[in-house]
Amino acid sequence: MIVAVASGKGGTGKTTVSASLASIWPAPVIAVDLDVEEPNLHLFLNPVIRDQKASYIDIPEIDEERCTRCRACTDICQFKAIGIFGEVVMTFPEMCHGCGACWTICPENAIAPGKRELGQIVTGQAGPIEFVMGRLRVGEAMSPPLMRNVKRHLGLDPTPPDRDIIIDAPPGVSCPAINAVMDADVIVLVTEPTPFGLYDLALAQKAFAPLEKPMGVVINRADIGTRDVHRHCQKTALPILAEIPYQRDIAEAYARGQIITEAVPSVRPLFDALVKRIAGLANPPSPSEEVCHA
Amino acid sequence: MAKIAVSSEGPDLDARVDPRFGRAAGFMIVDPQTMAFDFVDNGATQVMAQGAGIQAAELVAGTGASVVLTGYVGPKAFRALSAVGIAVGQNLNDLTVRDAIRRFQQGDVEMAAAPNSRGHRA
Repeated sequence: MIVAVASGKGGTGKTTVSASLASIWPAPVIAVDLDVEEPNLHLFLNPVIRDQKASYIDIPEIDEERCTRCRACTDICQFKAIGIFGEVVMTFPEMCHGCGACWTICPENAIAPGKRELGQIVTGQAGPIEFVMGRLRVGEAMSPPLMRNVKRHLGLDPTPPDRDIIIDAPPGVSCPAINAVMDADVIVLVTEPTPFGLYDLALAQKAFAPLEKPMGVVINRADIGTRDVHRHCQKTALPILAEIPYQRDIAEAYARGQIITEAVPSVRPLFDALVKRIAGLANPPSPSEEVCHA
Repeated sequence: MAKIAVSSEGPDLDARVDPRFGRAAGFMIVDPQTMAFDFVDNGATQVMAQGAGIQAAELVAGTGASVVLTGYVGPKAFRALSAVGIAVGQNLNDLTVRDAIRRFQQGDVEMAAAPNSRGHRA
């Protein structure tokens, strides 16, 4: 099972929830930080780092002798990563999304794949938890290519590994967030009961709905703000999987880089129930079983 | 004398210089001796998420102009224009196309050694 912990709004508690879930997960698990622009799951899991390797994207390198300036590459490129200015051919590597259309279409075989470093793929071990993290190179503008490489590293394609996977997703609802949740069996949306939390929760729900994955909500700092998030969940049939109270000891544990299920015993039952509800979302009881239970 | 490309909000000499190079409405391609001109539309860049400066530089390079007069040029467009040997005069955004050319002819426009806009992407 692959569980993606996402949010829409940043700072709602994705990493707190991801780290807690990983620490109590009842089966072998890989915790993956796909918030590659600012990964922080390692600050809570404290993994022993085993390996750290650079990750690359293929970008065009042009043989100017062979190039006839026919413009096939610059016409097909959606991102203006190749420009032809009169007789001058130039590449803009930072614009390239690595699709390979240019060297596929070039009739002169004048374009070969070169490399741009995207960042690092870091792997390690935190007790029984396997740990994998993508860390974007400072100055790199695009995160999905590195995220795809992290997922390839995990072996999500073509067959999922034999362990469960918990993905700490980036905030927002644009390409990076979609990339983080698209392979999941269940999407857990962490929110807070504020107007801002509700607004971004609704955005995330709308953005992820076309993926047709089961989704549920964790409300963090559940006893502040308003009841609007609760009402919204009820109205849109979005199950509330857990409510984490607004408590000083939880905030203190977080601030010390601790996993709250370990540092604050009172939240443990809440997360045990969350694990069960996530499993229930991933494998809903079949109608016949429901009849049996009834 | 070589032609001058001026980023322009409209297709005549009294139109204002468009402050943006990449997303300029178009370019007035002017022969400074006779003031004869062509207007080249650059509207296609308005809908581009990125790469407008690169596309505009391709457009200008295709006109054979050897000088660009404009308001602000980003780093990628500047790199491209420099590689083709097109001189760039910046910060001319408060003028009409005609006045920008007059200033250039009077030697009042300092040719840029670097882009004066950071562009929209690092």
